Amino acid sequence: MSVAIGVPTPRAVALTNAATITWRNLMGFVRVPQSIFFASLQPTMFVLIFNYVFGGAISRSLPPGVGYLDYLMPGVFVMTLAFGTILTAIGLAEDLNTGIIERFRTLPMARSAVLSGRTGADLCRSLYVLGWLTALGYALGFRVHQGLLGFLAATLLTLTFTFALSWVLCLVGLLAPSGESANLMSFPILFPLAFVSSGLLPISTMPGWLQVFAAHQPVTYTVNAVRALILGGPAATAVIGSLAWSAGILVVFAPLAIWRYRRAAFG
Amino acid sequence: MSRSVSAGVTTTAGSAGELAARSPARRDDPGLAIVAEGLVKRFGKVTALDGVDLHVPYGSVLALLGPNGSGKTTTIRILTTLLVPDAGRAVVAGIDAVKAPARVRPLIGMAGQYAAIDPKLTGRENLIMVGRLAMLTRSAARQRADHLLTQFHLQDVADRFSRTYSGGIRRRLDLAAALVHRPKLLFFDEPTTGLDPGSRRDLWAVMEQLVAGGATILLTTQYLDEADRLADQVVVLDHGKIIAQGTPAQLKAGLGSSVVDLSFPDETIAARAVHALAGANRPAQRGDHVEIPVTGNTESAMSILRTLQAHDLSPTSFAMREPSLDDVFLELTGHHTTEATDHQEVAKR
Repeated sequence: MSVAIGVPTPRAVALTNAATITWRNLMGFVRVPQSIFFASLQPTMFVLIFNYVFGGAISRSLPPGVGYLDYLMPGVFVMTLAFGTILTAIGLAEDLNTGIIERFRTLPMARSAVLSGRTGADLCRSLYVLGWLTALGYALGFRVHQGLLGFLAATLLTLTFTFALSWVLCLVGLLAPSGESANLMSFPILFPLAFVSSGLLPISTMPGWLQVFAAHQPVTYTVNAVRALILGGPAATAVIGSLAWSAGILVVFAPLAIWRYRRAAFG
Repeated sequence: MSRSVSAGVTTTAGSAGELAARSPARRDDPGLAIVAEGLVKRFGKVTALDGVDLHVPYGSVLALLGPNGSGKTTTIRILTTLLVPDAGRAVVAGIDAVKAPARVRPLIGMAGQYAAIDPKLTGRENLIMVGRLAMLTRSAARQRADHLLTQFHLQDVADRFSRTYSGGIRRRLDLAAALVHRPKLLFFDEPTTGLDPGSRRDLWAVMEQLVAGGATILLTTQYLDEADRLADQVVVLDHGKIIAQGTPAQLKAGLGSSVVDLSFPDETIAARAVHALAGANRPAQRGDHVEIPVTGNTESAMSILRTLQAHDLSPTSFAMREPSLDDVFLELTGHHTTEATDHQEVAKR
């Protein structure tokens, strides 16, 4: 990169800065062995518990010919990645409580980098978790029915949704007084999204009033799309629904998070 | 300084030339690194800054001296673009810090009271990160980090996680991080607050090295000895206003070189001691304590004790110490540092 010569464009600055902050956040993740361990442990438990504890009971409400593990894995992909965005909120809240953000604010760097570096690191971590989950699923008997292309499309869609969602959690982190409260504040948002969805079982088994929420929320659209792309079946409606939600969330929450961050910057 | 007239005075003066000089495009003395005029900042009902003027020439060190809540940090946050003032002008390196903060940032380096480093990275990585954020190439950032680690004697701890550092080393790394992008101007907000005496001396040596290299520094401090040691000019703040300014020597002129601190069994006896000593000295009573600024050392202390003996008064303890911020306040305002005194006392315990 010839950035030292001449004046880099604002876009180049924003991208390089975002990459640097992403690297810095990933270092914090990679360097703490516990965080990798727990990042892998939680989805492992999801898969094992739901598959072996609920699997027998739930498989009766599944479409014929679909095994519960194949049905479950797309749900766990999306749910795990959604829960992973909590780390964005915690990390940002913790950063605000140390002096490091002060340093970033007085440096001649892109204002957006602190936030895009957070969501960027989230994206990388999500990719790792997806890889781990896929390997685990395969070991247990999960199979992709629609080939590599379908799987890649499903991965891309999940990452897109997670990226959008992490901007919501950015805002939570910026509003939270501490890392601990960021954690607590995230749960009321993520819990209903993750569990009142088609992630673990068909929503037709839920009471009618709950189905209304479950059928229209972004996790259900994304899970349904991922399921169709991996297992087969009509995918278009769910894919469009998921993308529309992701776009909508980004359009609303990215500016809100940036606004909140700027406001914090000028106390 | 002729430019430090308040806005009100200039408006009423009103000649055509002065009006032109007050237009936004007006030029400040190019030899000045920092120009602040009439800075005002309120937080709700609290007025943190109430019309502060500063003029700092390039290559000089200015210390803002004052207790907690006097407006030091607010001033430094305005000048480093972290805060927008409610009124007044802040010009840093010839650029308006309020109107063009993005153009000021490349020119300034800031190190604060709370070391702004990433505990999850090593010292070296912290410096490389700052270099990369300032758009140095990878190799340039690495070279700059090496250079600063050597300059600040941090090589031995460079590859340890910075969360394992002692307070003093963390501050040293923080100062180094403020220098990565070669800023023209440095801002240090209470650089040694909360450090043990050894670390303070160590950090002073680092800052003196920068001063010797011709750096322009604005630092805030609660310690008179720190201002005395590092600064060319000292500005004393109290409740958001400047109550005194001058060289450290001028500031200390009225204080004497030391303070004799006597304690008595009770306040009545202390009051009698004040009365007895008032002829030749300027004693100040503080509960059962009496403090007397002195210029000569042993000689004046002996004469104080002789006077007390002649009045049949014997102190329960006797101590000599260097003048503190509190003594400056007593001298300037007739009262002790409010609020802050309690913090400092608590911190000492």
